[in-house]
Amino acid sequence: MTTPQETVERALALSRTDGCVVIADESSGANLRWAGNTLTTNGVTRSRRLTVIAIAGEATGMVSRAGVTTDQIEDLVRAAERAARESGPADDAAPLVDPAQAGSGGAWDAPAAETSVGVFEGFAPALGEAFAAAQDASRRLYGFAVHEMNSTFVGTSAGLRLRFDEPTGKFELNAKTADMSRSAWAGTGTPDFRDVDVAGMAAGLTKRLDWGERRVELPAGRYETLLPPGAASDLMTYMYWSAGARDAHEGRTVFSRPGGGTRVGDTLSNLPLRLYSDPAAEGLECTPFVVAHASSRESSVFENGLALNSVDWISEGRLSALLQTRQSAALTGLPVTPGVDNLIMEVPGATATLEEMVASTRRGLLLTCLWYIREVDPQSLLLTGLTRDGVYLVEDGEVVGEVNNFRFNESPVGLLSRLAEAGRTERGLSREWSDYFTRTAMPPLRVADFNMSTVSKAS
Amino acid sequence: MREIDPEFTALPLRALADAALSRARDLGAEHVDFRLERIRRQTLRLSDGQLETAADADDLGFAVRVVKDGTWGFAAGIDLTPDAARRVAEQAVEVAKVAAAINRERIELAPEPAYGERVWTSSYEVDPFTVPIADKVALLADWSRRLLADDRVAHSDASLLQVKENKFYADAAGTVTTQQRVRVAPVVTAVAVHEGGFETMRSLAPPAGRGYEYLTGPTWDWDAELARIPEYLAEKLAAPSVEAGVYDLVIDPSNLWLTIHESIGHATELDRALGYEAAYAGTSFATPEKLNSLQYGSKVMNIIGDRTAEHGLSTIGYDDEGVETQSWDIVRDGRFVGYQTDRRIAHLTGRERSNGCAFADAPSSMPLQRMANVSLRPAADGPSTDELIAGVDRGIYVVGDKSWSIDMQRYNFQFTGQRFYKIENGRLAGQLRDVAYQAVTTDFWNSLEAVGGPQTYVLGGAFNCGKGQPGQVAPVSHGAPSALFRGVNILNAVKEAGQ
Repeated sequence: MTTPQETVERALALSRTDGCVVIADESSGANLRWAGNTLTTNGVTRSRRLTVIAIAGEATGMVSRAGVTTDQIEDLVRAAERAARESGPADDAAPLVDPAQAGSGGAWDAPAAETSVGVFEGFAPALGEAFAAAQDASRRLYGFAVHEMNSTFVGTSAGLRLRFDEPTGKFELNAKTADMSRSAWAGTGTPDFRDVDVAGMAAGLTKRLDWGERRVELPAGRYETLLPPGAASDLMTYMYWSAGARDAHEGRTVFSRPGGGTRVGDTLSNLPLRLYSDPAAEGLECTPFVVAHASSRESSVFENGLALNSVDWISEGRLSALLQTRQSAALTGLPVTPGVDNLIMEVPGATATLEEMVASTRRGLLLTCLWYIREVDPQSLLLTGLTRDGVYLVEDGEVVGEVNNFRFNESPVGLLSRLAEAGRTERGLSREWSDYFTRTAMPPLRVADFNMSTVSKAS
Repeated sequence: MREIDPEFTALPLRALADAALSRARDLGAEHVDFRLERIRRQTLRLSDGQLETAADADDLGFAVRVVKDGTWGFAAGIDLTPDAARRVAEQAVEVAKVAAAINRERIELAPEPAYGERVWTSSYEVDPFTVPIADKVALLADWSRRLLADDRVAHSDASLLQVKENKFYADAAGTVTTQQRVRVAPVVTAVAVHEGGFETMRSLAPPAGRGYEYLTGPTWDWDAELARIPEYLAEKLAAPSVEAGVYDLVIDPSNLWLTIHESIGHATELDRALGYEAAYAGTSFATPEKLNSLQYGSKVMNIIGDRTAEHGLSTIGYDDEGVETQSWDIVRDGRFVGYQTDRRIAHLTGRERSNGCAFADAPSSMPLQRMANVSLRPAADGPSTDELIAGVDRGIYVVGDKSWSIDMQRYNFQFTGQRFYKIENGRLAGQLRDVAYQAVTTDFWNSLEAVGGPQTYVLGGAFNCGKGQPGQVAPVSHGAPSALFRGVNILNAVKEAGQ
């Protein structure tokens, strides 16, 4: 069988246009899903995709096919060339990235990495034990475990040959009482499932279900609220995705400056927080160069291979960068800062754990996670959504009961300006966005007046 | 009926199916099905009339699903050879064996007749993949230029998503289906920017199970819509901010389809109601003991589940478990009377047969129970939209969808829209800004006073309904007439943001 590296070389050799980018993606995955203490679905998957981007003058043509055989490579290259001839000038036309601008990945010649159901070898028995324990205690466990390995090979007619193996895993565990009236959730990202503590996570959920033995009904209103790292990720990830420089420059986002330009330089938070991405962040490593199968507002096929570095989006509480292509950087006069597949928030000197922040709370709400988050008003980046799987009332430093769920209406940008406290940064899985974005680390946050707009009867 | 794409039928469909089915049977599987799919997608996006995204991506592969000793096993492959098909069948059986250790619920499927060989194609005229990219870009650029020609429009976005989906399915019982469906989603948006901020106005043309003729033919009046968007946008920009409170609403089908999707479509999926989505998409307040007793809505509320509606995005001949698709009642005269099911859930709940809601979004995805076209029936001889508006003293007319959110049991929802018009004494009195409506599902549907006639009925929908883990997206349509609701809570979005 032809290797991905051979496929890339073959496609580049067949190219007849001014330039060419070839991306070979080799992916494998394994997953387990369970409900009510029993497995419901499972599977192993394998995919192979070849993407050819032909460049003819200022035009590009992108064609991507799955399962391409050696004798089909030329068809794919010609189809991309036809598409380029038909498409007309591309909005983001620019020279391809040269080797001096390129990032570095793994060894080009090594075989594609793979995962299999074997990644769950130690995890699955522990999960089975958790099912048995939950069954004995009249609790029900629900959840999902997935592990994927993506090996990406990028070759360009400008001489780049880059590859990266990116493992992505997550484990979500949801415990419910037998009558389904109480529910608790926890989740974590993981590169290999060796760091997953099933029993520990299940024990933490049992504690939360016990908190729910006392029920407290509270009305809608603004409450002092503690967001754990996962819930902070829910909100900050959406803000990150909304930080496109071009849209901001065109006056179309919360980061647009009234009258023109962007809000880069504005103070967003009263705390000296840092929000950043870094492809080399320990435990959150991700692809260290641009991989763009197609151009969009925030990415450009002409930038394939461009080095990704650590970038501060917010520094000492001030907006310091937006998601940029070279084109938008020229428009805004700001550095080229493409998106990176992780997001980290830190506050210098902050050491409090979530438990310590609970202990220092006179009266407030402790959330578990947020759900069904959607944008209501792009001008303020007002988001709506629901609290889910555990809202707890804290009084005088103790959790005193479980509260009904709420619909919230909040802007992550507005919320940054109202932070009362941030704790120590920990890895936290976004409940809402982890299908797409698992590599986040956030501090627990205390917000003085979180807007719980209405009560939700959901439990 | 249109011909199935010969590039697809030229693939070794039967040879791979035979290899996989026989290997799984030899390994002792009680059930085995084989599915081979090719999905073509093309995305074109223009910004201010300039091409921003042109992406043409195919997905091709196959999957083998087995039940072995009462446990699911699923595996997917990409090499289209009989040897590879046999290996994937072996993998699926192996996965079932590994999974059996943590399976406590025996998997059995509701029976379905064997149909032999069947071929089905959706209803369309022009395969969008036969139209040159240059023509499509030129059309979108023309639409963009028309918007930008108006001084009140600062920016325009135009996009066209196109999908051609080929599915080949074979099972050990003897059903062999080859199917093809086509869908398109054209959208244009105008943006106005001013000192105080910005506003947008999007076209209302819904995505549809149609071909390229949808963009060029008489089905949708693009000329009229493009001509009106700048005016709508300017009026919205100058509109007063809504005063929060309780209002009567007349909701246009361009908005109501999404409320139906969230508060009825998902709520009446039986797998959700039984808890199989409890950790992710959520459950449902419409639990099985409420079937045939819950007054979901007022007497004028009649909801059907339907995978046969012409041009529906969920419409197909046979589902991904070989079940012939159907149409059935979900809510009749306001009463909750039916669920959506697949074969496993149908058997589990004692039903004789699945109503055909299994769907996998890719060759590597395991079929899930997914939504039918769930639609609100119009009233025969019912009123026009203007007549519904005439029955409101103080209210709001809601047009076009925008933001949506609902809780994990489908009680509490909040929606916004493209345009909100104040209704005063039975007449429209200009647009309002910053409007969101928020309600509890059964309160809302029991406040439904009247539905419009067939002349107001429109099939809305989306390409991207999400569900399941690993996550899958499904296309689905929802038909609705205009409808009148009394006493719905309205929020002011700016005040909600604390501004």
